[in-house]
Amino acid sequence: METHLVAATGLQAYAWLLIALPLAGAAILLLGGRATDKWGHYLATALSGGAFVLGFLMFWQMLGYPGEERARSVHLYQFIKTGSVDVDMGLLLDQLSISFVLLITFVGTLIHVYSIGYMAEDANRRKFFAYLNLFVASMLLLVLADNYLGLFVGWEGVGLASYLLIGFWQHKPTAAVAAKKAFVVNRVGDMGLAIAMMLMFATFGTVSYTGVFGLVENPAVSEGVMTALGLLLLLGACGKSAQLPLQSWLLDAMEGPTPVSALIHAATMVTAGVYLIVRSGVIFEASPTAQLVVAIVGAVTLLAGAIIGCAKDDIKKALAGSTMSQIGYMVLAAGLGPVGYVVAIGHLITHGFFKAGMFLGAGSVMHATEDDVNMRRYGALRKLLPITFGTFFLGYLAIIGVPPFAGFFTKEGIIEAAWDQNVVLGVCAIAGAAITAFYMSRLMFMTFFGEKRWDPDVHPHESPAVMTVPLVILAVGSAGMGAFLMLGGRFESFLEPVTRTPHAEHHLITLNGVVTLVLVAVGVAIAWVKYGARPVPQTAPQGSALTTFARKDLYGDALNESLFMRPGQWLTRLAVFFDNRGVDGLVNGLAALIGGTSGRVRRLQTGYVRSYALSMFLGAGLLVAALLVVRI
Amino acid sequence: MTASVLAAGNIPAPHVEYDLVAPLLLVFGTAVLGVLVEALFGRRWRPRIQVPLAFAGLGAAFVWTVILAVNADPHQVAAEGALGIDGPTLFIQGTILVLAMLSMLLIADRRQDTFAAQAAALPGTDAEARALAGGSEHTEIYPLTLFAVGGMLMFPASNDLLTMFVALEVMSLPLYLLCGLARRRRLLSQEAAVKYFLLGAFSSAFFLFGIALLYGYSGSMSLGDIAQVVQTGQTIVPEEVVGRVQPQEATEALLYGGVALLAVGLLFKMGAVPFHSWKPDVYQGAPTPVTALMASGTLVSAVGALLRVFYVALENMRWDWRPMMWAVAIITMVVGSIVAITQTDIKRMLAYSSVAHAGFLLTGVIATSENGLSSVLFYLAAYGATTIGAFAVVTMVRDTSGEAGHLSRWAGLGKRSPAVAGIFAFFLLAFAGIPLTSGFTGKFAVFRAAFEGGAAPLVVVGVLSSAIAAFFYVRVIVLMFFSDPEPEGPSVVVAPATAAAVALGLAATVVLGVLPQPLLDLAGQAAGQLFVR
Repeated sequence: METHLVAATGLQAYAWLLIALPLAGAAILLLGGRATDKWGHYLATALSGGAFVLGFLMFWQMLGYPGEERARSVHLYQFIKTGSVDVDMGLLLDQLSISFVLLITFVGTLIHVYSIGYMAEDANRRKFFAYLNLFVASMLLLVLADNYLGLFVGWEGVGLASYLLIGFWQHKPTAAVAAKKAFVVNRVGDMGLAIAMMLMFATFGTVSYTGVFGLVENPAVSEGVMTALGLLLLLGACGKSAQLPLQSWLLDAMEGPTPVSALIHAATMVTAGVYLIVRSGVIFEASPTAQLVVAIVGAVTLLAGAIIGCAKDDIKKALAGSTMSQIGYMVLAAGLGPVGYVVAIGHLITHGFFKAGMFLGAGSVMHATEDDVNMRRYGALRKLLPITFGTFFLGYLAIIGVPPFAGFFTKEGIIEAAWDQNVVLGVCAIAGAAITAFYMSRLMFMTFFGEKRWDPDVHPHESPAVMTVPLVILAVGSAGMGAFLMLGGRFESFLEPVTRTPHAEHHLITLNGVVTLVLVAVGVAIAWVKYGARPVPQTAPQGSALTTFARKDLYGDALNESLFMRPGQWLTRLAVFFDNRGVDGLVNGLAALIGGTSGRVRRLQTGYVRSYALSMFLGAGLLVAALLVVRI
Repeated sequence: MTASVLAAGNIPAPHVEYDLVAPLLLVFGTAVLGVLVEALFGRRWRPRIQVPLAFAGLGAAFVWTVILAVNADPHQVAAEGALGIDGPTLFIQGTILVLAMLSMLLIADRRQDTFAAQAAALPGTDAEARALAGGSEHTEIYPLTLFAVGGMLMFPASNDLLTMFVALEVMSLPLYLLCGLARRRRLLSQEAAVKYFLLGAFSSAFFLFGIALLYGYSGSMSLGDIAQVVQTGQTIVPEEVVGRVQPQEATEALLYGGVALLAVGLLFKMGAVPFHSWKPDVYQGAPTPVTALMASGTLVSAVGALLRVFYVALENMRWDWRPMMWAVAIITMVVGSIVAITQTDIKRMLAYSSVAHAGFLLTGVIATSENGLSSVLFYLAAYGATTIGAFAVVTMVRDTSGEAGHLSRWAGLGKRSPAVAGIFAFFLLAFAGIPLTSGFTGKFAVFRAAFEGGAAPLVVVGVLSSAIAAFFYVRVIVLMFFSDPEPEGPSVVVAPATAAAVALGLAATVVLGVLPQPLLDLAGQAAGQLFVR
């Protein structure tokens, strides 16, 4: 792909401000300390909002250019300069990155607003907002960088922010452990990305997008290298986007405050893997093997996530399983090549809206029930929390793919694309849609319908306006975003210069679509029979083997523990033992030896001139001897 | 034949190149003037004249040295072959003069009360109390210091062994005296003076005996002649008797004995093991400004003389003396570093540190190459400046009984006076050879020279010793910054002259660490000329 990049002009030349604004917010709040407690959260929200306004203006400017000339570059500075490796740090404003910029800053700002209410009583609210701003800045760097190294910096930045925010309530041991787990699992993926970059340096001598993509067609580069690159990038994507086999951290990450789950672990950060795959599309297209693996990973994860979502009683964990599953859809689509890119990104954006809306809705429910997350102690909340219920319901319709709500258009597109390419993948996608309908309906019925099951001393109440207004806005997006993007191929033609998607006729009503809708209806019906019509027991019943399997996250943790954690712990124990007995023993022994020698030699310094003179005399003899020894 | 006839006829007047020896003459002349000031001026006036006079003398000598080095660039013997004036010598002399001026700042800082009011008064007697009350002071220290500095300048310039011996004594005698002049802990100070004197005399005897043996070996005192004899194996025949006396086979036993004994005298002044035992006692007892002068100037001078003897007279037998110097260098580095660990007095610790550094310097001497020479020259300048800075800080940390010598008194100094403690920590890091300090550049240079000279094992020992040495330097830093201060710990007394010395020492340590190239180039240029024969 030969992209001739035009330097950005006008407002776009200041694209770095997008990153600088929230970064400055994080710096001010963290360095300013307690002095910023009073107004810090407003500042953070304003800066995030400012970034959105800027991003929107840049988007507007971009729309003014003809389609093929919308990609603009902003050169910032020379990042690294060594003998053989030069990396220039720059930003790339194109249709793909601006879509992400708008999503991140828009949803991010809404979640900032929501958090003002949600975190009102937290003593460390200032820090929370600082981390949120840090996250927004890193995420923007991730999507705006024009090279893999810049992306990696953002990648690590969002990882750090995610770690800090999952463990935000670190006084809870579970939160601290979850943060650590997320961090460790992500390292595995990051290692893949890091090695991929090294491989790029070695193969292409550059890590810039234009440089790498321009050389992919080079016949000197073997397909094996491209496959390796693709698989390594996929490993990175799996870590960040909680795809199998690196999915285990996402469910635990729900220990973080709910706005964090909405922003980072549903709407934006976890989709970074999809961004990476779509951005590196050229590499994957050069290696059908890697592409197929991507699609398989996506398909397996979408089923696994959906199955986990069916068995969870914790509302946030059920939603987290759903997130896994929906990202699985996106990865599957991204693995289909240019045909899938538009629907992948489209689903990513609509998912950003409806999932963030539902997470915030879950937060609102928790707010109402004194932070209870167990759905078995909810029930009949629709009358007490009308706004939350209404917005949640719109998100629900969107995710299960009821027309004309957002998810319908994008998910249907993925199913269609998968079906066209590979029947097995298509069947997986359709099955996933049915399961999604089941577990989301289950969640819906358990939370808002049926009998009330909460404790008598809990008095559910609707959340304040600062929390419900973002819900309403997101709900509008959940309802209309899909139609807005997909109808008439609007998004497709917008993204076309980046994704090179061949134009195809899309029919609103297809055989797949009808089958899917029927299966969705079946899923909803089963859920109604099991959880809507019958009373829900307060304690979870025993359940079948499959339920247990799903409750235990498909034994992902058990697998990790037995395969990696236990042997790893043995290794560390061995290393500690070796360090204590071997290294420390050696070092301490040496120190003791030197110290003891010092004490002994020191005694030669008696203070008597006569003994000093004697030592000199003996020394003189030594010198003579040393000279004479040579002669012998 | 009367004496007058002899004087007028047979003995020609010696020819002296006054321009080349002017720095020496300036320093000695100022010293003599200082003595006259002592005789002619009243007590109130003496300090006011002595201090500027001393600085003027040292400054003029330094300027002259620089002019000589830049304009004349001499490479010749002067004063009938008694002195060799060449690149390395001028570098060493310039270094000594700068260090002497820095030390003079400490000596002249009269606010610090370092020197005894009346040295002749017995400690603890009424006479002493009266002298203290009367505010009397010994302004003789200035001419004495200048004589010592003159000796230091002459010692490495001496081109024949007899001159070298005279220079050694001129340098040492005033120092013996100055060591005994401390105002506080006078018994310790006097004990140090006596020890230094006795051991110095002992080492001088070795030195003199070594000269005698070498004369017996070669038939000459001149370093150049000795080098020639070492090469040819034939003794030198004096000019007057050429033709009448035939050259003879030189006796090698005399040579080895002579070299060993000469080395004893030189290594003693350097403080190499096993001739180091005076160092901790004397450094501790002497007034700290004098310690600073000895630790910098005397060391530079002694190493300079050692370089000249071993590079000029004995270069051709370097395969013979290298094992001896290897042994000395190794035990010096190791013993200096190890024994320093258990020291509890800051000055004694610095003394052992100085012993270890003498060992590091010896590795450069052993290289016997142009690189070795230039690296040693750089090391001397860098180390000298840092040392004076460090001792200057020692004079600043005081309590009611004078300087706070015991290390435990330094605990928590970083909390009380972060700036002073920070600067001292920086000096210690420089001694330890941490990068971005002059200590690192110097150590790196000598080790590289030694490595190139085929002394890799020596470098390994040097690096290991540095690691051990780093321990006790860092221990002091930890003590200063991570221990709680004592309730009645010492306070930091800042006097302008001392502060100036600290600042200059710090500046040199930083600049030579960050931007060493100019001085390295200068040292390389000086060494490129090698010693004159």
